[in-house]
Amino acid sequence: MLADYSILLIGAILVNNFVLVQFLGLCPFMGVSNKLETAMGMSMATTFVLTLASACSHLTYNFLLQPLGLEYLKTISFILVIAVVVQFTEMVVRKSSPLLYRVLGVYLPLITTNCAVLGVALLNINKDHNFLQSLFYGFGAAVGFSLVLVLFAAMRERLNVADVPVPFKGAAIGMVTAGFMSLAFMGFAGLV
Amino acid sequence: MAELISQFPLIAALIALVSLGAIFGAVLGFAAIKFKTEGDPIADQILELLPQTQCGQCGHPGCRPYAEAIAGGEDINKCPPGGEATIQALADLLDVEAMPLDEEHGEEKVKAIAYIREDECIGCTKCIQACPVDAILGAAKQMHTVIVSECTGCDLCVEPCPVDCIDMIPQEETLQTWHWNLPDPTSRDIDIIATDATQGQAA
Repeated sequence: MLADYSILLIGAILVNNFVLVQFLGLCPFMGVSNKLETAMGMSMATTFVLTLASACSHLTYNFLLQPLGLEYLKTISFILVIAVVVQFTEMVVRKSSPLLYRVLGVYLPLITTNCAVLGVALLNINKDHNFLQSLFYGFGAAVGFSLVLVLFAAMRERLNVADVPVPFKGAAIGMVTAGFMSLAFMGFAGLV
Repeated sequence: MAELISQFPLIAALIALVSLGAIFGAVLGFAAIKFKTEGDPIADQILELLPQTQCGQCGHPGCRPYAEAIAGGEDINKCPPGGEATIQALADLLDVEAMPLDEEHGEEKVKAIAYIREDECIGCTKCIQACPVDAILGAAKQMHTVIVSECTGCDLCVEPCPVDCIDMIPQEETLQTWHWNLPDPTSRDIDIIATDATQGQAA
């Protein structure tokens, strides 16, 4: 039981990393990795929302769509669920913890468009996860995303001052670096 | 219900989606009322840039009311204690043109702190009432004195003193108060610290 969940977690964090192996959520990965500080904020917000959205979409699918035989509506319903979860989270955080709200800042609403969130919700259905498994899978995916984003942001801060050939400056060297990171993460294949 | 779904799957789908949307809309509407927050986040950011002297030279009773007024569209050049540096920071934050300090509200001075010539003080407590940050210590008919670390140098205690025993002494830079100038972000050729100020790299 415990082993199952830890395998699920490690699988989602390292082996099937959502960014570097499954190539989901590349937009924030490239866009918000210029500064380590913002990458941290984005990571925290994403972890929060991904876990919550993963659980909520599981509930929506199993208690609304499946009984009515409307499985084919899952994509549009999940988009709806994710948008609501993000908005609701923003309101609650703003009220209950202004400090956290300031840290997360603009990144909270941005997550609505992170395709990793929708990806996790849909993969949960494909893999027939139960509620707890969905929760863990979402959390694992978020931790994996955070790990990679923070690592990448730290590297890009150094790349900014590194002596990079002019044609490779900026996004180009970022892409090359991301590719190398992806290669490195392939090393985890077969771990579980 | 089951009959309806099997006969008209399209209508069932429509009803399901619409009701899902309606429920979520209701939840958000409820949350918007339940978790309503007072205050304006931009005013808080402006407040952080103001020097917190609470001197009222801008025409507002303190720094927070002025921050709220700026958020409401007032000019950013009415803060003499902050000077050019504050105006520049506000202009960056609000994305407006920096303007010179409005002379009407006073001019920028070197930071000074109040000093009470204690043998002349008659203990009238008028300066204590005038001080916006409670930096003056004393009681009626007792000598008063200034807590140096609390004084913001706002000049408000000088005017009410009936015996003119308060001096504003410009603060000299000592080893304790001296610090490096902040790097000027506009005049550097390369990014020493990574920043997202240079746009168009990857977004």
